Amino acid sequence: MRAASSTAVTRWLPGGVAFAWVAGLIGLPLIALSAAAPGGQIVEALADPYIRHVVLFSLWQAILSTGLSIALAVPVAVALARRPDWLGTKIFLRLFNLALVAPAMIAILGIATVHGRSGWVNDLVAAVGFERGHYLYGLFGILLAHVFFNMPLAARVFLRSIEDVPPENWRLASQLGMDFRAIFRLIDWPAMRRVLPGVAAAVFMLCFTSFAVVLTLGGGPWATTIEVAIYQALRIEFDIPRAVALAGVQIAICLVLGAAFLWSGRVGTGFFATERRPFPRPDVDHPVGRMIDCAALALAFGLVGAPLAAVLVSGLNGTSMAVLFDDVLWRAVGRSLVVAVLAGGLSLGLGFGLLHGVRLLRTGYGWHRLANTVELTGALPLIAPPLMLASGLFLLLRPFADVLSVGLYLTVLVNALMGLPFVLRVLAPAMARADDETRRLCLDLGIDGWNRLRLVDWPLVRGAAALAFAIAATLAAGDVGVIALFGSQDTETLPLLLYRRMGAYQMEAAAVTAMVLAGLCVALFWVIETFVGGRKR
Amino acid sequence: MIEIDRLRFAYEAIQMEFSLQVSRGECLAIIGPSGAGKSTLLSLVGGFETPLSGRIVIDGKNIGDLRPDARPVTTLFQEHNLFAHLSVEQNIGLALDPGLKLTAAHRQEIGEALERVGLSGMDRRMPAELSGGQRQRVALARTLARRKPVLLLDEPFSALDPPLRRSMLNLVDDIRRDRDMTILMVSHLPDDAERIAQRVAYIENGRVLGVYETGRLFGNDPPAEIAAYLHKPAES
Repeated sequence: MRAASSTAVTRWLPGGVAFAWVAGLIGLPLIALSAAAPGGQIVEALADPYIRHVVLFSLWQAILSTGLSIALAVPVAVALARRPDWLGTKIFLRLFNLALVAPAMIAILGIATVHGRSGWVNDLVAAVGFERGHYLYGLFGILLAHVFFNMPLAARVFLRSIEDVPPENWRLASQLGMDFRAIFRLIDWPAMRRVLPGVAAAVFMLCFTSFAVVLTLGGGPWATTIEVAIYQALRIEFDIPRAVALAGVQIAICLVLGAAFLWSGRVGTGFFATERRPFPRPDVDHPVGRMIDCAALALAFGLVGAPLAAVLVSGLNGTSMAVLFDDVLWRAVGRSLVVAVLAGGLSLGLGFGLLHGVRLLRTGYGWHRLANTVELTGALPLIAPPLMLASGLFLLLRPFADVLSVGLYLTVLVNALMGLPFVLRVLAPAMARADDETRRLCLDLGIDGWNRLRLVDWPLVRGAAALAFAIAATLAAGDVGVIALFGSQDTETLPLLLYRRMGAYQMEAAAVTAMVLAGLCVALFWVIETFVGGRKR
Repeated sequence: MIEIDRLRFAYEAIQMEFSLQVSRGECLAIIGPSGAGKSTLLSLVGGFETPLSGRIVIDGKNIGDLRPDARPVTTLFQEHNLFAHLSVEQNIGLALDPGLKLTAAHRQEIGEALERVGLSGMDRRMPAELSGGQRQRVALARTLARRKPVLLLDEPFSALDPPLRRSMLNLVDDIRRDRDMTILMVSHLPDDAERIAQRVAYIENGRVLGVYETGRLFGNDPPAEIAAYLHKPAES
């Protein structure tokens, strides 16, 4: 293997560079921030009762959001599984996909349009002769928005777990005469319970670190999550020690939860292989089950469908033309587009690099534990508060960069990191499969490194890569965290413009902006999937 | 007494029409080439497929419109007879209460059924902890607990190795005698038929071509129309 020494550098390069990027982008900002905040002040900040309140509220709202999302997702998933032929089911699966990628600000605008003081629900209440009520801002609004995002997520995973039940089980159930209650208790629920810890942990993490929803719908210092408190400490109070203390608490809690989840992750009993012949569920005809399914889907429509519909309906109003012909809007569109493509592309590049390194460690050298550790670093952005990363990077870049324009760069860098877990989620299985299929052949033919990536891997994982790119780009296009901290009129992205207009109660202009943002995200997703992914076979 | 009368069914390009009579307490084997419709016939009797026309009469009652669980039959499939996430006791218990609310009497009955199939004390095991043969024994114990007069065997033992298969067939035969059960058994192994069936029906292309005494079929002078099938080398 003498020739290997000359190629060793290039073999390790992609993985090494990606790993250094990820570790550096997470580690350096945290070090920079900690250096800027003397230890004594951090301890002092921790003792503040306000911090205790913020931490407790973050946990409390996350527990409630997770519980509600999952409690609603269970009947919805069962309804979707029992009624694959209903029109509602087909509409829902589409709607749920939209809710999964919808930028937070769009959903928030939709929710405000339905549930605000002059929203649809209050219009209805007023029409029957009651007083309009304030119920949107505060804990209730936060829960509404978190259920909007996470109930569809949980329902999708639950539905998948029910669909994984071997169809032969339905034949057995009909032979044994199990009714719809028994089938739920003995087949559907056990299937969902297998994925429940993972779903609950993911939803909890997303709600616990929620930013845009709490910033806009929290309605005051009483309803504040750690993430929002970090924003306030940095943007309003310039209190770096407090921000570091808050970030430390958040990272610690997320690490403990993550570790507990990994530790508890046991392999279930597993089902036997199946012949995959279709057998009908015997519980579709029961009238009570039918009623429950109708109710579940109606509720889901009210919670998820109505806000999405509201964005479309309210987007067309008297101000539409004026807003659409305003340069402010299109400059924001342009910035968002650039941020999205750069962040998405960087995310995809980092993902490829990491996975290349992981593959080298795992199948090239058999260092499985190290490979798993490296792969796990890709999930770190889930627990690192993006605002902290952005602030740390700001401190690091301040000597070299123009402070006014730095917001966009930070948005790109931090969003590239934030998209990484999603990229890996999509790309890792595809890369592993490609490796399984072609490893021996490539070894035999001596195809390695760049050639292997270009000639063998890319055609095999292209579809998955395009999906990963599309998800990361769409997330970046809709992000309002980092840019809210460092944005100005001159670096305003589309979601920030939307946030500012909602904050100024320009609801009609905001609705048009939201519609444009939704259009941008859909177009971005479609263009990337079509042109990067190539034609589907 | 089972009477299958011009039962029609279409699967892909094959038009099937079955007519067959089985006496009470008899074990009838169904043999024939793959794709001939053997399993389909059992699915029709079990209620998992709906015929285009024709009648299935068991003990004078037309069962064609009954749901699978309401029919006086129970089926043992080749695979997937158990729920993988339920214990042995729960899997058998489903025969006694489809909502799995088990009483002490139920548990005793489960214990007796397990004893009958030679798996006493295995009630807490999960299916994944059992061998293939043990899993089929659990499924057989459940068919005992269901107390249906007709047992349909859809190649349940064909994945087991020969000695194990023979012992399972002997067990089924003993149970048939004890309970006076009627058995329809699909098999692609003529040997199985020879071991426990009194008569053998030969199916080809969706038709019952003939029903024969087992002794004659495996004697020196098999009927000409199925000699070719029987003399084919056994499929592995």
